[in-house]
Amino acid sequence: MIRLLDVDRVFEVGEEPVYALKAVTLSMTAGTYASVMGPSGSGKSTLLNIIGLLDRPSRGKYLLEDVDTTHLSDDEQARVRREKIGFVFQFFHLVPRLTAAENIELPLILAGVNAGERKDRVREALTSLGIRGRSRHRPDQLSGGQRQRVAIARAVVMRPRIILADEPTGNLDRASGNEVIEILEELNRTGISLILVTHDPALGDRASRKIIMEDGEIVSDTLKN
Amino acid sequence: MKPEDTVRFGMRALFGYPARTLLVLLAMAMGVASVILLTALGEGARRYVAQEFTSLGTHLLFVLPGRSETVGGPPPLLASTPRDLTLEDAMALTRIPSVERVAPVSVGAAPVSWRERHREVTLLGSTAALFEIRQLAMSQGSFLPAGDPFRGEGIAVLGHKVKRELFGNRNALGEWIRIQDRRFRVIGVMTPKGQSLGMDMSDTAVIPVASALSLFDTESLFRIILQAKSRQTVDRVKDSVIKVIRERHEGEDDITVITQDAILSTFDRILSTMTLTVTGIAAVSLVVAGILIMNVMLISVSQRRTEIGLLKALGARSAQILRLFLTEASVLSMAGAGIGVAIGYAGAWVLAGMFPAFPLQVPLWSLAAAVLTALVNGLIFGVIPARRASYLDPVQALAKR
Ligand SMILES: Nc1ncnc2c1ncn2[C@@H]1O[C@H](COP(=O)(O)OP(=O)(O)OP(=O)(O)O)[C@@H](O)[C@H]1O
Ligand SMILES: [Mg+2]
Repeated sequence: MIRLLDVDRVFEVGEEPVYALKAVTLSMTAGTYASVMGPSGSGKSTLLNIIGLLDRPSRGKYLLEDVDTTHLSDDEQARVRREKIGFVFQFFHLVPRLTAAENIELPLILAGVNAGERKDRVREALTSLGIRGRSRHRPDQLSGGQRQRVAIARAVVMRPRIILADEPTGNLDRASGNEVIEILEELNRTGISLILVTHDPALGDRASRKIIMEDGEIVSDTLKN
Repeated sequence: MKPEDTVRFGMRALFGYPARTLLVLLAMAMGVASVILLTALGEGARRYVAQEFTSLGTHLLFVLPGRSETVGGPPPLLASTPRDLTLEDAMALTRIPSVERVAPVSVGAAPVSWRERHREVTLLGSTAALFEIRQLAMSQGSFLPAGDPFRGEGIAVLGHKVKRELFGNRNALGEWIRIQDRRFRVIGVMTPKGQSLGMDMSDTAVIPVASALSLFDTESLFRIILQAKSRQTVDRVKDSVIKVIRERHEGEDDITVITQDAILSTFDRILSTMTLTVTGIAAVSLVVAGILIMNVMLISVSQRRTEIGLLKALGARSAQILRLFLTEASVLSMAGAGIGVAIGYAGAWVLAGMFPAFPLQVPLWSLAAAVLTALVNGLIFGVIPARRASYLDPVQALAKR
């Protein structure tokens, strides 16, 4: 369902072109659980941003569910993002003034879902992530692990096909980090593709597919048994 | 995204940053309130003058000696007087068909005394017609009797203040007072009617016009006041007056005739201009409020970079982001305008309570203009920050800094 064909992402820094991605070719089937590892600056986040349609390749093609996304307009890309992709970030990125429930509701509001259905789906997401009791809390009243659960609930409330998680445990202690990974893996078992960027080899090893990057290139791509 | 959700989101954002929201609300409210108050004051001044003019009497014409070039302007203060305007001239005007009343007026200052009390008083020489024309009222006795205007009787009608200063609480009716070296009998005292366009009637004494002319040793009247039978006849009367006087003055146009309407419309014009000017000045504060909104929204956009990036990652289109921030700016300026209108009306109400004589009223056009300006302001000054937000690159915005 994800196919990158010879993708470059070049940044112009002064005179020098910086290759964040260099001739990346990659394909993934639906329901994949892949981890992306590599040193800092190797292009992991850039890869995730391109897959998530937050960024466009400088060269090459990106097909998502057999649709060439490189020709989509910004608005069409936004729509794909809204309907098919859920992001989970290292820094949670919750809106501080909104409660947990309101944060989870945001994608539904943007999609124009009506209020009654929103309420049901938010409750459902809160329940499945075990944070129903925290629905009226604002982010600063939640622990890191709880915040990341809210963020995951927000990522899945639109029932996306893919979850892109960029170092989701980077700001968590080991215990809550593990809980978050287990939640993500649980979601993956329901058929949602999961791409996980991490610096933690133990976490990276849990994925069924392990991609290692260096200097914008994929240097290793292995499947577990 | 549904419109109601857009508004709700904007409101949440505004409540999320109460300090900056209050600051902008205050600026907007002050701008709108000052526009409303200043126009109310200007409009009140206009109405006040109009009201005063009607209290002066209706459809009046003023005949002044001397030719003034400007038609409808204020009375010429330094015009030369080639030929006197005499009491005979005034009497000739009574024969014009549409003239209801004619009051010749002679004005001068003279010492007035009763027993040991002396006072310098403005003397008004006139006839019984002045009573109706100036819409005077008596508190005691009667006004000058109708009769031969050429007879200089020794009778006087005192203004309220003059009576009080000369007689105190004692009875003045029938008493003899001395004006210069002549003796006058007090036949009436006027009510303390307010000042009417510069002439405080309570500070004057009215005597027959012939007595005044001989007292001042002159033939010349200060002016003649005519009252036309109706508003429609005012212009015809004006032409007749000019014609009659020209015939009497050997073909010379050496008088000025001013109608009450002309004076009124002059004042009206001056006061309208004044109102517009102060409104314009007040409107500047609205623009200042607009710029403040822009700054606050710009700060808000940079404070909320990650939020905007997040919304984009969640699938918000650029147009949606633009709309969100525009809505926020409009809600802000609308609320500010609402508060400003309330403050403006409250202020007008307080002022009206303090000065009941002043007909204070917020003109509808100013209300509409103030609110509309506030809204347009919010939108215009909201556009730049909103565009900046919608152009934000989500990858950059979400990157750890
Ligand atoms: N906007 C940009 N302008 C210039 N260079 C950029 C930009 N974004 C990324 N890069 C460069 O692209 C390369 C890849 O960046 P990327 O963020 O994808 O790395 P990463 O693997 O996610 O690193 P980390 O593990 O530190 O998150 C880096 O060399 C980075 O400096
Ligand atoms: Mg990264």
